[in-house]
Amino acid sequence: MSAFTTDDLFKIMRECAGEEEAVDLSSAAADQEFALLGYDSLALMEAISRVERGYGITLPEETLGDALTPAAFVAAVNTAIADRMPAAGAA
Amino acid sequence: MTARRVVITGLGVIAPGGIGTKAFWERIVSGVSATRTITAFDPAPFRSRMAAECDFDGARHGLSARDTARLDRASQFALVAAREAIADSGVEIDAGNAHRTGVSLGSAVGCTLKLEEEYVARSDGGKQWLVDHAAGTPYLYDYFVPSSMAAEVAWEAGAEGPAALVSAGCTSGLDSLGHAVELIREGSADIMIAGGSDAPIAPITVACFDAIKATSPRNDTPDHASRPFDRTRSGFVLGEGAAVLVLEERESALRRGAQVYAEIAGFAARANAHHMTGLRPDGLEMAAAITGALDDARIDREAVGYVNAHGTATRQNDIHETAAIKHSLGEHAHRVPVSSIKAVIGHSLGAVGSIEAAASALVIRHGVIPPTAGLHEPDPQLDLDYVPLTARDQPTDTVLTVGSGFGGFQSAMVLTASEGRRP
Amino acid sequence: MTTAPMTAGPRTAASGTARAVVTGVGVLAPNGIGAEEYWSATLRGQSGIDRITRFDPSSYPSRLAGEITGFSVRDHVPSRLVPQTDRTTQFALAGSDWALADAGLSAESLPADERGVVTASASGGFEFGQRELGHLWGKDPKHVSAYMSFAWFYAVNSGQVSIRHDLRGPTGVLVTDQAGGLDAVAQARRRIRKGTPLMLTGGMDASLCPYGLAAQISAGILSESEDPTRAYLPFDAAANGHVPGEGGAILTLEDAGRARERGARVYGEIAGYAATFDPRPGSGRPSNLDGAIRGALTDAGLRPEDIAFVLADGAGEPEPDRVEAQALTAVFGPGGVPVTVPKTMTGRLYSGAAPLDLVTALFALRDGVVPPTVHVEETTGHDIDLVTGAPRPVTGDAALVLARGRGGFNSAMVVRGPSAP
Repeated sequence: MSAFTTDDLFKIMRECAGEEEAVDLSSAAADQEFALLGYDSLALMEAISRVERGYGITLPEETLGDALTPAAFVAAVNTAIADRMPAAGAA
Repeated sequence: MTARRVVITGLGVIAPGGIGTKAFWERIVSGVSATRTITAFDPAPFRSRMAAECDFDGARHGLSARDTARLDRASQFALVAAREAIADSGVEIDAGNAHRTGVSLGSAVGCTLKLEEEYVARSDGGKQWLVDHAAGTPYLYDYFVPSSMAAEVAWEAGAEGPAALVSAGCTSGLDSLGHAVELIREGSADIMIAGGSDAPIAPITVACFDAIKATSPRNDTPDHASRPFDRTRSGFVLGEGAAVLVLEERESALRRGAQVYAEIAGFAARANAHHMTGLRPDGLEMAAAITGALDDARIDREAVGYVNAHGTATRQNDIHETAAIKHSLGEHAHRVPVSSIKAVIGHSLGAVGSIEAAASALVIRHGVIPPTAGLHEPDPQLDLDYVPLTARDQPTDTVLTVGSGFGGFQSAMVLTASEGRRP
Repeated sequence: MTTAPMTAGPRTAASGTARAVVTGVGVLAPNGIGAEEYWSATLRGQSGIDRITRFDPSSYPSRLAGEITGFSVRDHVPSRLVPQTDRTTQFALAGSDWALADAGLSAESLPADERGVVTASASGGFEFGQRELGHLWGKDPKHVSAYMSFAWFYAVNSGQVSIRHDLRGPTGVLVTDQAGGLDAVAQARRRIRKGTPLMLTGGMDASLCPYGLAAQISAGILSESEDPTRAYLPFDAAANGHVPGEGGAILTLEDAGRARERGARVYGEIAGYAATFDPRPGSGRPSNLDGAIRGALTDAGLRPEDIAFVLADGAGEPEPDRVEAQALTAVFGPGGVPVTVPKTMTGRLYSGAAPLDLVTALFALRDGVVPPTVHVEETTGHDIDLVTGAPRPVTGDAALVLARGRGGFNSAMVVRGPSAP
């Protein structure tokens, strides 16, 4: 089971960047590029920042360039959460 | 009636690595970067921990204790630069011409340094939403509405014509000059004290640019962090400073035997209507601003002898700008030297356009093109002559200087050699 | 071969003589959202000033404001833009939508490079700024929003409006405190005169957050009255400061010839403008407000007797009121022209005030009636003919709007009605 899901991401995206009226943020959107969902680089940076704070992780700076889809974003977050686990007690 | 034209008769510059026009010019020609690890506050919590800071002390530069206490650093810069420019030009502003003298000052972020300081003092370190209205300075309103900066300069100069702060983000310093030129041309003023000033090196500004990763994170090499047009460029380095120019209607300036650095022959500003922080790679709107400025100057693009670039060293800007120069200048783009002085003085937001206009005037005056410092590894995508590392002796009559800023603002200005006594 | 064809268009009318007419307006005022709602409230003398509700003002000595209530952001601003915008920008986005729609224009009406935008701002997206300063200092740098880099700076409204309506022509932003609204409209008029057919212009401010209020209190210019009918009394013997407000207006400005060709409804013309600056306080030299008034009249080619009425700046403090009344008397003679301050119903809107006054002036010329200065009873000491109590019928086709910014900025603008020659 993933610690961070597409639904979690979409909730954050809605809060920090709204949503396009014509776009349906359902699971089918997970593999579409953010740009097609109406989210630009600023929206992504705002989302990354919220996720980092909320989950106590630091995403690699390349995430913005690489995670062009919600699915890739979610995978990057889960990797970071997994990496964080051993040190979680100390944090 | 022949069209009214505008010449630069005085310069005042406050820049990192050089307070005063002479020190500034020597610094940018040397190509020695003034960027360093931030000393103004502890930058440890930030992603980008560097800036090009001015070693500026208002008292040492002639400001009264009252002024250094009450004025934001950006206002202090503007005042000191205005004094230098007015003294340099030799123009006398008195009861006879006060109403024909105006002020146009550019600033992107105004008095944010004081606004942040006062906020911290009044909010218990950021904890109280209901800030204490009585805790701080009585001058808070002057920081709240930064037209106070233009007012200070107007009072200093004795100007009683039209006055304004122009705040179009990072093109403010060019747009303020463009506005001043327009006021002289249309007859609303004969003399304009015009320029730009910003002092943004503060936690809130650094945090803003951190949040969008616009500034360079190359903290291990602070004096080689800004690399305009370089393959390894990684963002801009924040700067601060001011430049103030005395602009005069050409005929009256020549009549009084004024020294003349150059003529401001053309200006245009465009919006890209694209994105608050992003740029389209095609640079079409900046190209339109360049073409507009050349048209305004009635100058053929082939005449441009040097392009003073915006050259921030962000990935996007340098691509955008290179495309804009090529689109507007055509084949000539490959023959004309293009350089950015931001590797030396950093990016001082709303001041830098005026600082670069001052540099452009000095290029015409000295026949020397300042280098793009920090450019060691050419980017194969960027194929113009960026004058890397070393200044170049090259007499130049016509300079194009450009700016680009958040909000999608694109501006361009053309300066030309002018008759008149040499400074 | 690579000339930019896009710039060929706007150059043609560079004679500098094209006339700029107002063909659309978008209004957000404390006493009315939308131009007609604002205008009918203003003629009724209905004030939007009341106790501040956006936060608890009880710890502040000034607790009244002209707040815009009933503005539903979700209804007027795209969802995508809400998180990245301050209230002032949300007003500007809604106002620009309405100003274009009112002019009967859409995004396809003209090539993108033939439309531009110039706005004024006094204090930027200040509430957004206060919140992010709190995130930085109360938490840590990582809590600062990615939107902060532009949401609070003074250029934000021109930037966001240009993006929203694909305005790729000339642009600009002016900051001159309360005078800025006129300076921005004048700048847009210059662009029309130089050949850009369509400009959006005006100003909005909305700094009714605790830090914004504290800044205004610090200047000692806010009334401390608790009574909404006694707090802002320009030219009254009981003048005791002003009440801050939020909102403003966006205008659609068009080249008169182009507007006529497309059969646009024309509210009137921006016919004259001038700006001056006052000497440093204590210098002994007089104010230059009268110079701005005379300059605007000259620019419009009009004489003082051609002006049907004046919308005064109306600072609401004894000394600035005296200076303004004297300037009016110097140009128009004692009681020589009807003067009014509809701001008494909205509070002072900073850069939004003068664009709203331009709308008021154009509607007053259209309907032949000047709205009153509410709550003012006793103008003792000022030789001006202040319109108080009820609206007053007027004839004439030209009006003067004055706006003054803290520090000494004086701007004056003459508007003419649609039937003016």
